[in-house]
Amino acid sequence: MRLPFTVQPRTERMRYGNLLPPAIAVSVTVLASVLILSRLDVSPGRALYFLYLAPFSSKFNIGEIILKAAPLLLIAQALAIGFRARVWNIGAEGQLILGAIGGSLLPIWFNGTTNPLILPGMIVMGALTGMGWAAIAAVLRVRFNANEILVTLMLNSIALQLLYYLVGGPLRDPMGFNFPQSALFPPAAMLPNLIPGTRANIAIFLGLFVSIAALVFMERSLPGFRLRVGGSAPDAARYAGFSDRRTIWISLLLGGLAAGMAGVFEVAGPLGQLQRVVTPGYGFAAITVAFLGGLRPLGIVASAFFMAVIYVGGDIAQTSASVPYSVNTILQGLLLIAYLCARVFTDYRVRWKSPTLRKTETA
Amino acid sequence: MQTADERPAAQASETRSANRQTLIELRGLTKRYGDFTANDGIDLRLHEGEIHAILGENGAGKSTLMKMIYGVLTPDAGQIVWRGQTVALRNPAHARDMGIGMVFQHFSLFESLTVAENIALAVPETVPVLRARVREVGERFGLPVDPDALVHALSMGLRQRVEIIRCLLQEPRLIILDEPTSVLPPSAVPALFETVRRLADGGCAVLFISHKLEEIRSLCHAATVMRAGRVVATVDPTVETAEGLARLMIGRDIPHPRRAPARPTAAPGLSVRKLSVAPDDPFTPALTEIDLEVRPGEILGIAGISGNGQRQLAAVLSGEQTLPAAQAGMVTLLGKSVASLGAGARRRMRLAFVPEDRNGRATVPEMSLEENGLLTAHDKGLVGRNLIRRDKVAEFADACIAQMDVRCRGRLSEARSLSGGNLQKFIIGRELALAPRILIAAQPTWGVDIGAAQAIRQKLIDLRDTGVGIILISDELEELLDTADRLQVMFRGRLSPAFPREAATDALIGACMAGDFSGIPDSKDNPADKEARA
Repeated sequence: MRLPFTVQPRTERMRYGNLLPPAIAVSVTVLASVLILSRLDVSPGRALYFLYLAPFSSKFNIGEIILKAAPLLLIAQALAIGFRARVWNIGAEGQLILGAIGGSLLPIWFNGTTNPLILPGMIVMGALTGMGWAAIAAVLRVRFNANEILVTLMLNSIALQLLYYLVGGPLRDPMGFNFPQSALFPPAAMLPNLIPGTRANIAIFLGLFVSIAALVFMERSLPGFRLRVGGSAPDAARYAGFSDRRTIWISLLLGGLAAGMAGVFEVAGPLGQLQRVVTPGYGFAAITVAFLGGLRPLGIVASAFFMAVIYVGGDIAQTSASVPYSVNTILQGLLLIAYLCARVFTDYRVRWKSPTLRKTETA
Repeated sequence: MQTADERPAAQASETRSANRQTLIELRGLTKRYGDFTANDGIDLRLHEGEIHAILGENGAGKSTLMKMIYGVLTPDAGQIVWRGQTVALRNPAHARDMGIGMVFQHFSLFESLTVAENIALAVPETVPVLRARVREVGERFGLPVDPDALVHALSMGLRQRVEIIRCLLQEPRLIILDEPTSVLPPSAVPALFETVRRLADGGCAVLFISHKLEEIRSLCHAATVMRAGRVVATVDPTVETAEGLARLMIGRDIPHPRRAPARPTAAPGLSVRKLSVAPDDPFTPALTEIDLEVRPGEILGIAGISGNGQRQLAAVLSGEQTLPAAQAGMVTLLGKSVASLGAGARRRMRLAFVPEDRNGRATVPEMSLEENGLLTAHDKGLVGRNLIRRDKVAEFADACIAQMDVRCRGRLSEARSLSGGNLQKFIIGRELALAPRILIAAQPTWGVDIGAAQAIRQKLIDLRDTGVGIILISDELEELLDTADRLQVMFRGRLSPAFPREAATDALIGACMAGDFSGIPDSKDNPADKEARA
C-alpha cells in the first residue's frame, strides 16, 4: 500500500524534545479523564477534583500516594534499565506475584515469631523468587532465542494461577473459614509505618534509594554503559566485545529482583497476608511509568508519583462518584498510548508527498 | 545511432563543442548548510554528447552539486539552465521527467527479484514488455544482461548494468554516473567505458564523477575540477598529466607515504588455517579454505572488490563472529588458539580492529566521543571498580582528538555529528591508543580526504615499524600498493595465495580479482606456504 505521506526521522533534536512527550501525554490523559467522567455524569469540575486534587486533600490520601508510588518507582527503575538495553520484560506483574508468594512463606510457617530478622528474610526470599521467575525467561531467551516479550507476558498468567492454587490450598489459613487467603502476618513481619494515621510505609525510601542507584549504575558504571551500548547499537556492542547474554541476564534479573521485593512490600505492608489479589496492576503500570519518565531515573521519580496520583484519584472517584474501577485502567492505557504517539511525532517528521512524486511512484 | 567514435577524445571534444547544442548550464550555483558553503558559485556548461568529468576529493562538493542537478537539493542561489530555459527542479522525479538520469554508487536493487522485476518497480511497464526492452537496450549499448536473472546471483558489474539500463529506459538526455568504477574489477572497466562512449555518440551527455585520474584521462572530453566547494579549473583531461590533475584537485603535490622495507619477526602474529565458514547472510559468499598469516612487523593487504566476503572475514578475525569448538584451532593469535574467544577477549590480547562501518559498529552514533572512547578503551585505566573514571575518560578522548587532528566541537560531540572522515580519524586514534600488537583495518580510508588518508597510511606504516602486525583490508589498489608488504586477493569467499608487493602488477591483481589465481608467483618468503610445506 502506498500512503500519501512519508515518515522520516528528525535529524536535529528538538529543544525540550525529551520533556514534550510526557507533557503531552499527561495533558491528553487529564483531558480524556474529564471527558470520560463527564460521560458518566460527573461534572468536569468534580472530575478534576476527584482525580487530581482530592489525592492531596488529606494526610491519609497523601499517604496513599506514597504507598502506591513505592512499588511503581521500584519496579519502573529496574524495568527502565532493561528497556534501555532493549530487553522487554513485560512480566513484572508475574514476578511481583512470585515475590509476594516467596515473601509470605516465612511469616506463614513461623506465624508466631517475634524475631526481627524475619522481615529481612522475607525480602530476600521475595527477591529470590522474583528473580527466579524472571530467570525462566532469561534461560529461554539465551538458550533458545525465545522472545522475552511473549515468555514474560505468559508467565504472568501462570504466576496468577500459581497464586490462586497456593492461597486456595497449601498456604491457606487453616483457621480462616476456607477463605482463599493466608494467615495474618505477625507484627514482626510487617513493614514499619512511615506517617502515623496513614498506610505509607518505609518502602518509599527503598524506591528513592533504588532511583539513585539506577542513576549511578546507568550513567557512571561500566556494566550500565555496556547495557546502553547494547540497546542503542547492538553491532557496536558485539564489536566492543560486550556479551549480549550478560545484558539479557542482568536486565531480566534486575526486573525480577525489584518486582519480587515490591511483592513482599505489598504483603508485608497494606495487605498483611497473602491473598488472591496482591497487586492492582503495578507490574503493568510500571511499564507506563518507565516510558513516561523517558527511561531516565529522575524522570521516573516524577512519573511514578503522577501514576500514584491517578491510582489514588481513581479510588476516590470510585467511592465518591461511583465511577467504575475500569476508568483507572483506561487512564493508565491512555497515558502510555498518548506518550508513545507523542514520542513518534517528536522523533519523526511526517511529510506529505508532493503530487508529482506520488504520480510516478504509483505508476 | 552512430558507430563508435575512433577519433582522439580531445579532437572530438572540440568538434562537439562547435557542433552540438548546449544541454545544461549551471550559473553561480550555491548551496549552504548553516555557515558552511558546500557549493560556492559553481559554473558548468555541458554539451550534448559530451563526457564531462567532475573531479574532486571527498568533501569537495561533488555530491552536493549532483544532488542539485538531480533535484534532490534546492540551490540557495544561482540557476540551472536546461536546453535554454531556466528550471527549478522540484525533486528527482521532476528531473527524470525532464531527461536527467542518475546511477548511484550504491545500488538500489532488490536482491530477491529478477532484473526485469526490479526495473518494473521504477519504469511504468509490465514485466514481459520490459524483458524485451532490457534485451534490446542491452544490445544497443553493449550491456548484455539476462532479464530473468535474480539480482543476488549477479556480479557487481552486472548489477551496475541493471542500474544503467534502468536509467536508460527512461530515455535520459543527461546521465550522471557517480563513481561508477569503484565497484568494478579492473577487467570490467573497459566494457563500461565502451558503453559510456556509445551513449555519448548517441547524443546523451554524461557527467562522470570520479577521483581516479587515469580513467578520466582516457574517457572524458572535459573535466571540471572542484576543491572546497569551488570550481578551481575546467581542463581538457587528455592533455593534462595525472600529476597535474591531482595537483589541481588537492591544491598541492600528492604525498606518498615514506616506507622502509618490512622487517617481520619470526614470532607468531595472527594466522588462519584452512578456514571455511557458512555465510551469515544468504547473498554473500561462504568463506572457503581461508589461509592467511601476518607476522609482527609487516602489513598484509587483502585486496578485492568489496562484497566478496571481506566483511565476514574481518568479523571472524576480530572475534565478533566466534566459531564452534570443532573449528577451535583455525584462528591463532600470538600463538594461542582464539577461534572461540569473543571480541573482548581478543582485544585483551591486544588485537585492535578498525571496522569499515563507523556509525553503529565502531561507534555508537548517539553517544559522545568521550563515551565512544570508552567503548574499546575501558580496560586502559578508564574504569575503576566498575565505575567510570570521568577525568580519565575525558583525558583519553581529548588525546585521541588532538593526536589525530579530529575536527569536532569537542569530546562531548555526538559521534554522528562528525563527518565520516573525521569520525574515522577518531576511531583510528582510539585503536592506536590501545597499543595493539596486531591491528586489523578494514577500508580505513573510505570517505577520508586525500591528506588525511595519507596520514592514516603513514600511521599504519610507522606502527608496522614498531613491530605491530597489520592486516589491511581495502578495495583501493593504490592504497594497498602504497602500504602493504604482501598481498592476498579475495574473490567469492576465497583468498588467493600471498605474493609480495613487488610482484603485484595491475594485470596480476586484475586477474585475481576476477578469480584467476594461477598467475601468482610461488614465493619462497611466503611464511604461509613455508609452514604448510613443513
